[in-house]
This record gives sequence, structure tokens and C-alpha cells, in this order.
Amino acid sequence: MTDLLSPLHDEHVALGAVLTSFAGWSMPLRYTSDLAEHTAVRTAAGLFDLSHMGELEITGPQAGLALDVALVGHLSALAVGRARYTMIVAPDGGVLDDLVVYRLADERFLVVANASNVALVRSALTERLGGFDAALDDASARTALIAVQGPRAEQIVTGLVAGPATQRQPDGGPGQTPQMEPGPADAVRALRYYAAVEAVVAGVPALVARTGYTGEDGFELFVAAEAAPAVWRAVLAVGRPLGLVPAGLSARDSLRLEAGMPLYGNELDRTTSPYDAGLGRVVRLDKTDPQGGPLLFVGRQALQARAAAEPRRTLVGLEGLGRRAARHGYPVLDGEGAQVGVVTSGAPSPTLGRPVAMAYVPPALSAVGTELAVDVRGRAEPVRVVALPFYRRDR
Amino acid sequence: MTATNPAHLHYTAEHEWLEEGSPATVGITATAAEALGDIVYLELPAVGEQIAAGAVIGEIESTKSVSELFSPASGTVVEVNQAAVDDPSLVSSDPFGAGWLLKVDVTGLGPVLTADEYAALAAG
Repeated sequence: MTDLLSPLHDEHVALGAVLTSFAGWSMPLRYTSDLAEHTAVRTAAGLFDLSHMGELEITGPQAGLALDVALVGHLSALAVGRARYTMIVAPDGGVLDDLVVYRLADERFLVVANASNVALVRSALTERLGGFDAALDDASARTALIAVQGPRAEQIVTGLVAGPATQRQPDGGPGQTPQMEPGPADAVRALRYYAAVEAVVAGVPALVARTGYTGEDGFELFVAAEAAPAVWRAVLAVGRPLGLVPAGLSARDSLRLEAGMPLYGNELDRTTSPYDAGLGRVVRLDKTDPQGGPLLFVGRQALQARAAAEPRRTLVGLEGLGRRAARHGYPVLDGEGAQVGVVTSGAPSPTLGRPVAMAYVPPALSAVGTELAVDVRGRAEPVRVVALPFYRRDR
Repeated sequence: MTATNPAHLHYTAEHEWLEEGSPATVGITATAAEALGDIVYLELPAVGEQIAAGAVIGEIESTKSVSELFSPASGTVVEVNQAAVDDPSLVSSDPFGAGWLLKVDVTGLGPVLTADEYAALAAG
């Protein structure tokens, strides 16, 4: 099967990107250097094409209630203009995908799914929405997603948002002082983390969200696919003098690992519950139905049991004490060399200068400071359990 | 980017190169270096170590992945490129030059390819 092409494919080719096949899409792995792209995001800004991700719009009078039943989060309680990190699970509590859900209006939600899971999420949601006055529209193909991440992201994105602050005419009669009304750029600047607002970016209508997957401040811009190249080029033009570079999936992966953020397929999969991954807080066992009773969302029974039981395994951060990095799938060993867990993600951390990894281990071995080892291609490398995330930006 | 493979070198299917000499010089190809991305750590055999053609003799690690180093020849390691161990980015930036890895007193060559044969293989 031929890989799908992003609406920004020609931009990537023109920039000399090394392309890789990812979840059925041909996407940039890197443009020049993984390390340079990673560092640019930590110190200035990076520009990412995330158009492979899925966008599902859920609309209707019962859209919020339907999502409460379909997902583990309490989406009907979400304020308009805000976003939530949440999950869709199977009836047995296993994670089908992790999602970000935006409430765009009272009766309109946007569900953002991982590229590898869009078809599954769409069909599960379609089934779970049955019986509710709510409809699903898959906007993935017509939507491009562009992320601007890093400490200079705010300056770059607000610089592209149309309209300065405007003077509001006094309406209370003569003698009143004209007041400055916040303009669209101010609205973007004032956006809180996990909030979104509609704005015109580089002449293109966009949903501007203050979200990301890098551990830095940043924005994600949802725009029409055909308008994406104009936005991409404008961000590059404004951002380059400020140190922004285009960044590929390789940098995205090392950035999210340092930030301790899970990747579906690594930390999360069909056999993982949100509790295993330390993400039990996203499961809202306390959400209620319109009658005030416990809301019977899909997976509730299984997750309630898991919440009450001691988990069999828990996700931890590991810091390598040697040079050789643990990688996805490597066995975690105890002091006697017996396998006690498995590495879900691992790499030499560009920011910390030593190997880091996330791994599932038994709760008894999950305390910070616990000394373990990882079988790195036949040789035990010493590691220590450390708190997640590995990297936290200065605020 | 198209890597140019110097015609006077021997190549392996595992993306090493060997320059004949006394001692011979061993490194990895530009194709391998590009595929790895930024190289951050090299693990190489010690000076004096006996190595066998086709055996794994080291590791080359980048942020994204790790690759094993296969010996293109049998013999004795007489020098390792300490500059590249200290600054592995040399291997990324100049794999056929300053980013060489080992010097080896060769007693026997493993199966090797010409530059053209290697280019055809690498093109896949």
C-alpha cells in the first residue's frame, strides 16, 4: 500500500527532509539533524507537520453526553474553548487510543486521534454514538495540523495573527474615554495551556490551540489542508530569524520522551490500562449521568476494578548510569539478572546527555532510587528509577 | 542526499568500509551514517583485540537508533579513533575521513563488495 502524503509533502521535499513511513503516512523523519532540531525546540522553536493525525468532529445536542459514555473523561463538563487529554478504552479497560478533545461550542467537539488509530477510533465512536443525538464527521483528510513548539513559539504565532488591538468606540455618550479592546493576537497570547481559540493566522482561518507534545510552550494550528502550505511558509519566514527550524518525527519522539509523555504503541496499547501508565487521573469514575447517577461509560466496570486493585505493573522513568541506551522492548532486570519488566521507550537524552527510558516494572520495584538493569543487546546496563518527567521547562 | 562511495575502498553489506594498508583503516559508510542520524556514542574494540571477519565488534548509537559494527576483516586492532570516540559527530559529518573508526593489522579479508556493488545494494 502506498503511503498517504501530507498536504505539506511538497514543502518537506523542498526542504530536503528524510521521509519515513509512519502509520501509513510518508512523513519527515528529520530535515537536517535530529539533535539540532531537538535543541532548537528546547531553546528557540521547532515547526512540525502533524497532518497525519486524525480529526473527528462530534456535533449535536447530545455530543457531550455521548462522549461521556464513549470516553473515560468527563467531556460534557468541559468549557467551550478548552481541551482535555483523555482516552478511549475497550470494555475490558485496555487503551484503544489516547486523545485530545476540544470543545469548540456547546454542541461541537473535536477529537484528535493518533494516525495509527484513526480508523479504529472512528468506528468505535460511531458505534458508541448510536442512540444519541450526535453525529460524527471525519475531518482528517481536509485538515492539516501544524505545531509550533518552543520558548519562542508565542512570539512567532502571535506575530502571524491578524489584527492589532482595536479601539472600541464609547457607547455611553460623550465624555467617555475610548477603550482598547483586546485583538486576536492578544487572545492568542492570553491562551492558557490546553485552551484553543479561532484566529486568522497568516491570512488563513485556524483553530489555534495551546497544546503540544514536546514539554515546551507551544501551539498547534488546525487549518484547511489546501491552506497549509501558506501557513507553513509564513511560520518559517517569521520564525527562522528567531531560531525556528522545521523538525521531524525523530526530534518529536526524543522531545516527548524527555517530557515523560506516553506514545501509543510504546507506553500505551490494548493490554495497558490508564492506571498502569500512571494516568488514572484521566479516568473519571466520578462522572454522573443527567439523573445524577454513576455514568456507565464504556470500560467503567473493568476500570473501577483496576482502580481498586494493586496494579501488576507501573510505568517508571529510568536513568542510564552507563552510555548504552535502553530501547523499546528491552528486558528490565533485577539485581539477580531475572527479567522483571520491559522498556517501552528509550534513547540517549540530548538535553540530559545520558540515556533515559520509560519502562513497566512491578510496583515493588518502582520507587525512585531503585537500582535495576536493562539487558542492552546481551549485556546488563545499570539503571536507576527516577521521577518523571526527565525534563521540565523553566516557567 | 546521495552518498559518494570512494572507488578505492572495500565495502561490506553491513555498511562498513575498509581501506587496504598496513594497517588497514575501517569505518562506516555515509549511507549508514545518514540512516543513523546524529551519532552520539561509539563502542569500539580495544587496541590489541583480535577480531574476526563478520563478527560484531562494536556499536554505533544515535538518538534514534543503534547499529552494530561488523568487522570487514580478521586481524588485530592496532588503533581506535579516539577523536571520534570523544566526538562521535565526526562519524556523521565525515564518515570516510576524520570519522574513521579502527586501524587493523589484517590477516584475512571477509566477503567484500566494490563501490559499485555496494552502491547497488544500498540503493536497495
